[in-house]
Order: sequence, then structure tokens, then C-alpha cells
Amino acid sequence: MAKGVKPRVKVPKSAAAGDVVTIKTLISHKMESGQRKDKEGNIIPRSIINRFTCDFVGASQSGNVIDVQLSGAISTNPYFEFEAKVPESGEFKFTWYDDDGSVYETAKSITVA
Amino acid sequence: MRRKAFATAALVALGLAGPLSADPVDDKLIVNGETELVTHTKAPDYIDGLDEIWSGWAFRAAETRAIEADDFDNPGMIFVEDAEAVWNRVEGGAGKSCASCHGDPSSMKGVRTVMPKYNEKAGDLWSLEDYINDCRVNRMQAEAWGWNDKDMVNMTALISVQSRGMPMNVAIDGPAKPYWEKGREMYYTRTGQLELSCANCHEDHYGDMIRADHLSQGQINGFPTYRLKNAKLNSIHARFKGCVRDTRAATYKPGSPEFHALELYVASRGNGLSVEGVAVRN
Repeated sequence: MAKGVKPRVKVPKSAAAGDVVTIKTLISHKMESGQRKDKEGNIIPRSIINRFTCDFVGASQSGNVIDVQLSGAISTNPYFEFEAKVPESGEFKFTWYDDDGSVYETAKSITVA
Repeated sequence: MRRKAFATAALVALGLAGPLSADPVDDKLIVNGETELVTHTKAPDYIDGLDEIWSGWAFRAAETRAIEADDFDNPGMIFVEDAEAVWNRVEGGAGKSCASCHGDPSSMKGVRTVMPKYNEKAGDLWSLEDYINDCRVNRMQAEAWGWNDKDMVNMTALISVQSRGMPMNVAIDGPAKPYWEKGREMYYTRTGQLELSCANCHEDHYGDMIRADHLSQGQINGFPTYRLKNAKLNSIHARFKGCVRDTRAATYKPGSPEFHALELYVASRGNGLSVEGVAVRN
């Protein structure tokens, strides 16, 4: 597992049914490119976030919001901002997949009044 | 219809003229929708060459300015969070962390506004970095950090954030006076193969274009600054070094007496501007 990885997300706490909300996510991650060498000259293996997903889980409706594939040359601390339509109260689940097999998860609930 | 086409043509013409004039933008910087920062005010009386002072924020593109207005968007805040962990980390022979003596980082409120300042005990001008290392060595019995070590720069950021919105207010009289005079001397002295002084760019030509960029007044109220170009926080002295290098002069070392004096003088030019607590620049 890469060091200092910390997911952060910003989701409004409440919304009206059918509202489109803006979601911001950022994960602190080195995004080691696989092109660099350490002091001994050995290649440091690539370790980047290669996939990011956001899913909505509600009582009656659930679904995927976005599913992103990330490749090389994406900078450190990748940031995503996107919009989602909120049908009912529920939870947004966020998942980041690391090359080294680690999976980082976090979730934020939203209330539809 | 014809009228509209005319208007469009006029706009295109304006658009073309736009990038050439790079005057500071008179916009309001409100962080997280609550803290309004002073980015433009009257220059202090002791500054002859300027009537108004502008934060470097006013010279940046709209997108860059927007990043600083929201802590979630501001990548500099990641480093502040890192420093919060270090703040509570016990290190050194005394078995102490920053928190052992200082409690919450909010106890550092106002500290950044008066830095650098003359330290009576040491009999010298001290920057925030000197105070941090003094704590580390003498109170924590830990190893001193290098001037531009990641932990050092991040810690100065954490301390600066506590003073966000407070006006810069460094003392230039009393024992600080000789340092300030030395700094002023440096500011107006041409150096390097290009024979440029700080004032040539940051006083005479702020708002103009240089190297495909808008020249700011070189204010340091926003430091340490997150720069898009290197994706990390940058210290004041590191920025000075970059600037001096660009004049093709041999630079002073970060933490040198010369940069201490220059830091005091440049900070005094921005007295009245808000501490931005990790600015975002390009």
C-alpha cells in the first residue's frame, strides 16, 4: 500500500428529490509513474490509481454514477468533480483502485427532504 | 442581426487586446464562502514606488483564483493536513510533539503576520522557520529541519493558515531597522547578467507580461504557496532563490542572512494585505 493515501470527498448533506448535485473528490496519492529509479538504480514499480468509481445506493434505487479508468501521466493527488442526480436519500460510495492491489473506499450519505 | 455581428467583432477585438494588458483583477477573494481576504489596499507610507499594493492572487487567471477560494479545491490544504499529523507526532529526546507545549495549532493565530521579526534572545532576525527549528532542537531535542524540507514548509503552512485573513504587520523599526534597510538596499540593487533588481520587475512593471506570464508585485503575504508548476508548497526563500536565479545571478542560500533581510523588507511592502494561508499560484 502506498504511503499517505487519504481519500477526501465533498457531497452536499441534503438535496431535493431529482436535484443535480456537484460532487468533488480528491485522493492524496503519489501516482508513482513506473519511470523513476531509486538511489540504487532500480526501477520503482508503477503504482497509480487505475480506476475510480462512484456508486449511489438508495433504498429503492441504486446505480453507478461514474466509472473512470486512469492511465499513466495523470498527476499526483488526482481530483474529480462531477454531477449526480439524487433520486432519494442514500449513500454515495467512492472507490479508488491502486495498481498494487490496494482499494481505498469512503462513503457519504445524502438526505432528500 | 447585422448589429449583433458588429458586437461580436468588437468583442473579438477586445479579446485580442486582453492578454496584452495584464492589469490586476479587482475581484474579491472569499475563502470557503466566509473569510474575505484583503487582496488590494493602500501601500504603506514608507514604500515610495507604489501607491497601491496587490496580492499576487489578483494577477492570476480566473481558474487559478477560483482554486484558492475553496479549501477542498486548494491542493495546498493537503500539505496542511500532513502538517497537522506532524504537529501531534512525538519526536526527539524530550519526548514531545508541537502539541505538547502549544496545544492546538490554533494557538499559532497571528504568528505569521509578524514574521520575520527580531528575536531579542538570539540577537538576530528570525523567520518562522527559525522559530520552528528552535523548538525542535531546544525543546524537543529533535533534529532540525532543512529550510525547504517538506515537513518544514508544510509546518509553516499550517501555522500560516491559523492567521488567514489577518493583515500582515511586520515591525520595521527598532532593532529590525538595520535588517529592513539592508533588505531595501537589496531590493533596489541590480544583480546578475540581466542586471535586474527586484524593483525593475515588481515595482516598475507589475501588471506587464514577462516570460508569457503576468508580473505581480512579488508580495509574500500568501506564502507558503502552492504552485501548479511543481505541485507542492514553496517557501518564501525558495521563491526568492528562483527569482534571483532568473536574473542570472549567483543566488543566496535559503535561510541566509541576505534572504532574511529581503524577506523582512518584502513582507513590509505587503503590510496590510491579508495572510492568505496557502495561496495558489502558477
